[in-house]
Amino acid sequence: MDLNVIQQYIPLYVEAAILTVRLAFFGILGATVVGLMCSLIQYYHFPILHRFVNGYVELSRNTPLLIQLFFLYFGLPKIGIVMQSETCAIVGLIFLGGSYMTEAFRSGFEAIPKIQEESGLCIGLKKWQVIIYILLPQAFLVSLPAFLANVIFLIKETSVFSVVALADLMYVAKDLIGLYYETEEALFLLVVSYLIILLPISILFTLVERRLKHVAIGN
Amino acid sequence: MWQSAIDVLFQGRNAIRLLEGLWVTIRIALISIALSILLGMLFGFLMKSERRLVRFLCKIYLEFIRIMPQLVLLFLVYFGLARTLQLNLSGESASILVFTLWGTAEMGDLFRGALESIPKHQYESGMALGFTNRQLYVQVILPQTIRRLLPQAMNLVTRMIKTTSLVVLIGVVEVVKVGQQIIEATRLTTPGTALVVYSVIFFLYFMICYPITRIAKRLEQSVEGGS
Amino acid sequence: MKINQKEIILEIDHLEKQYEERKILNQVSLQVKKGEVIVILGPSGCGKSTLLRCVNGLEEIQGGLVSFNGWNVHDNKNKIYEVRQKIGMVFQSYELFPHLTILQNVMLGPTKVQHRNKEEVKKEAIQLLERVGLSEKVNAYPRQLSGGQRQRVAIVRALCMKPEIMLLDEITAALDPEMVREVLDVVLELAKQGITMVIVTHEMAFAKAIADRIVFMDEGVILEETTPEQFFSNPSTDRARRFLSGFSYEKVKEEEKVAI
Repeated sequence: MDLNVIQQYIPLYVEAAILTVRLAFFGILGATVVGLMCSLIQYYHFPILHRFVNGYVELSRNTPLLIQLFFLYFGLPKIGIVMQSETCAIVGLIFLGGSYMTEAFRSGFEAIPKIQEESGLCIGLKKWQVIIYILLPQAFLVSLPAFLANVIFLIKETSVFSVVALADLMYVAKDLIGLYYETEEALFLLVVSYLIILLPISILFTLVERRLKHVAIGN
Repeated sequence: MWQSAIDVLFQGRNAIRLLEGLWVTIRIALISIALSILLGMLFGFLMKSERRLVRFLCKIYLEFIRIMPQLVLLFLVYFGLARTLQLNLSGESASILVFTLWGTAEMGDLFRGALESIPKHQYESGMALGFTNRQLYVQVILPQTIRRLLPQAMNLVTRMIKTTSLVVLIGVVEVVKVGQQIIEATRLTTPGTALVVYSVIFFLYFMICYPITRIAKRLEQSVEGGS
Repeated sequence: MKINQKEIILEIDHLEKQYEERKILNQVSLQVKKGEVIVILGPSGCGKSTLLRCVNGLEEIQGGLVSFNGWNVHDNKNKIYEVRQKIGMVFQSYELFPHLTILQNVMLGPTKVQHRNKEEVKKEAIQLLERVGLSEKVNAYPRQLSGGQRQRVAIVRALCMKPEIMLLDEITAALDPEMVREVLDVVLELAKQGITMVIVTHEMAFAKAIADRIVFMDEGVILEETTPEQFFSNPSTDRARRFLSGFSYEKVKEEEKVAI
């Protein structure tokens, strides 16, 4: 491996890593919002809407992100829906992540005994107040491990973004391998970049989870 | 316009070529899954080894495999091994190798988790009945382990099938690649093909993964109900 | 009796409740006057808990009327939130909110529902917690408390809303025997202060001590409604007699033992 080559390529990777992190951030944020709404729809069993949610969750969970992106980026323009690369990547990640977040939050909501909701009502709380003060905080604690696992999963999934013409880490690596045959350096930097992004998050999440186990809630 | 795009699917051998491509995907998934189940069990026991060093190495392996996106692993094996070991792996072999490495780690961890989730008194009541160690495992522990493991293992299987879609990015000619060829061939005459072909591939994946997910969910409920 | 002149605050009139085909409550009528303590007895599954749940609108009803202070509880969906503020309910499983401290549990309703002054509520909550002997647990979380302590907090949580009536649903059924007393003492204290209560319990001695009236139910019907003295010494129905005899045991006599 040539250290000079590595040094020379670092800026390329930094730029690509920033792109990855930025897209992942917005995708995960969107997925969390979608997941919260969908899980509430499922929890309260809204008529009709919950059928849509169920269908969406199954479609999204049982197909690869790569195909979802191909569909969004190459398929949809044929019926007049054209999205820029970045938009497309974020929409794809939200479509995929939304269902994973739905499942995470739903299991959180389901873990709360019905009578908790009732005792909230008993002190006169309105339905939305019950959601905000009683259900959400408890569901969040229960779903936190699944939520964190999803965050890491979704960051990893961003590695296919190069197929919608985004210069992400994989794209840069493939470019260097294909054009300059700097395979070892390119792969080394690729692994290091993903480790730098994912390792701190992963360690942080493990710590959070461990702490959470200590304060395991129980009535 | 849409009629002609759908017609493209049935022109010549297009539909059959797509299915052939799908078979390449499925073949990679099936071989990797089978190997992962076998090696995963071994890895699971290895993770419970008495020796700290063995456990430590297992942990490092598991965590590295877990933290790396599968596409990075594919690149490492396909481009990296070819370069450093002068080993010219075909895209398909590289994929099988990567998915097996990954599947073994995940399956092993599931197996370890399932083994550990069997309550201690199950071992004790088995021993109290006078079972030998071997009988204890075969009659009492393993059946329960497998019952607990099965839903998660099946979820892993769908994850692996979905992830095989990545192999197109290291040049394996499978369903997506065939789809792209068909789209390319009709790009000028029937541009609508892209939507139709990607929809078809989307639903092909869905139709393979959905039943497995359903069965996994049902098994999960029956395990929960049973314990 | 003195309570006869007092106003009726809760009136249940020919209440009907069914799950699918099964009738849980059948033509149940009951009046509760201000300051009265009513104890509902009956075998498990007789509908007594469901009756309490109907009173503050946790269950839908199929017929009849529950009126609280003249308001029809099941009539107006928005009114129910107002009604519930005036009805305190305590469950068998305490149901404290596990993510909130004891003080936050008690303060949640008064501050978020009644929008009362935070400092004022806090002072009152601490006072109430002191009175049930939990002043040191103010900042603890529910999981750090024993069952008996949690149940006392649940009572305080309901009290802090300044309810006009308290519904207690088998509040000692989930407790270890040695903790039952500490909780029931709190309830006896409330009775002395003249707080109106409807109590479902299996503690017969407690029922006898606290009740102004005993209501005996079986299979969704009220079979007896009488004074505790009358009920425990001379119940008028066979069903009640059998129910009461279920709480005493005959000594196994030596000569009855079969030699093995």
